[in-house]
Amino acid sequence: MPAKLETMFVVFGFMAAGVLTGWLLRRHRAGWTGKVTMALIWLLLLILGIEVGSDRRIVESLPTLGVEAAVIALVSLLGSCLAARLLWTVVRRRENASKKEGRG
Amino acid sequence: MRDSLIILIFFAAGVVFGVTGVLPFDISQTDIAMYALYALIFVVGFSIGNNPDIVGSFRKLNPSLALLPLCTVLGTLAASALLGLILPQRSVTETMAVGSGFAYYSLSSVIITEYKGAELGTVALIANIVREFLTLVAAPLLVRWFGTLAPMAAGGATTADVTLPVITRYSGEKYSVLSIYHGFVVDFTVPFLVTFFCSL
Repeated sequence: MPAKLETMFVVFGFMAAGVLTGWLLRRHRAGWTGKVTMALIWLLLLILGIEVGSDRRIVESLPTLGVEAAVIALVSLLGSCLAARLLWTVVRRRENASKKEGRG
Repeated sequence: MRDSLIILIFFAAGVVFGVTGVLPFDISQTDIAMYALYALIFVVGFSIGNNPDIVGSFRKLNPSLALLPLCTVLGTLAASALLGLILPQRSVTETMAVGSGFAYYSLSSVIITEYKGAELGTVALIANIVREFLTLVAAPLLVRWFGTLAPMAAGGATTADVTLPVITRYSGEKYSVLSIYHGFVVDFTVPFLVTFFCSL
């Protein structure tokens, strides 16, 4: 499927329309969104499964894809943790500095 | 945990239907998935707009700690981009699209399937389930190695719900508001970043 910039704007458009509609109806707190979200996700993952199952090439490469996915998961998780460690160091240093100022 | 299991059952059932070819028509040749995806994104937006008091409760946060979602996003994207350079079979934008699921496996995998095909969609589904799972089981180790904020960065978009209990346990109760705020903000970026990297 060709990925075009316009598809991105269609997605943004639906997102923005959703936020706006939800905000306009904020006096009527909707309890159905969680259930509808789950139902749509189940449908879409069923379809994803069917697409995968009908494609011999993907079925045969599932073990390789799984390993690849696990590597992406681990690396991206570690990347975010390193960034969080940097922030944590900065925040603590700043807190210590302000404590010393308070004493002096 | 139960939700990821149900998701995997639906995916596995689909694979079985596909392999055996029991369905009377080829659903991937229809527009059902596309319209379901648009409806899903609309509902996700709706639930954010419909709940304005989430944003109100974040005003008390430490301003420096409010940068945590930015660290999560930038750290993840930098690491996925590096990996994209190393992996021979994947481009940088593909690994970045998978990485920007931030453990929100359902939404990211269906967007990627729609725009990049079922193969990368499957990688995204597994990668983001694994990320959520790793956060759940490795939270105490992450605190020891990378500090108190690490389980939240690892949990990505799930820190407001699925991974919140382990975060309050290992990072501390006083980080629960930060964790919810973090999950909310990262969650919001998922459809934008995933579609963005798919369209490059």
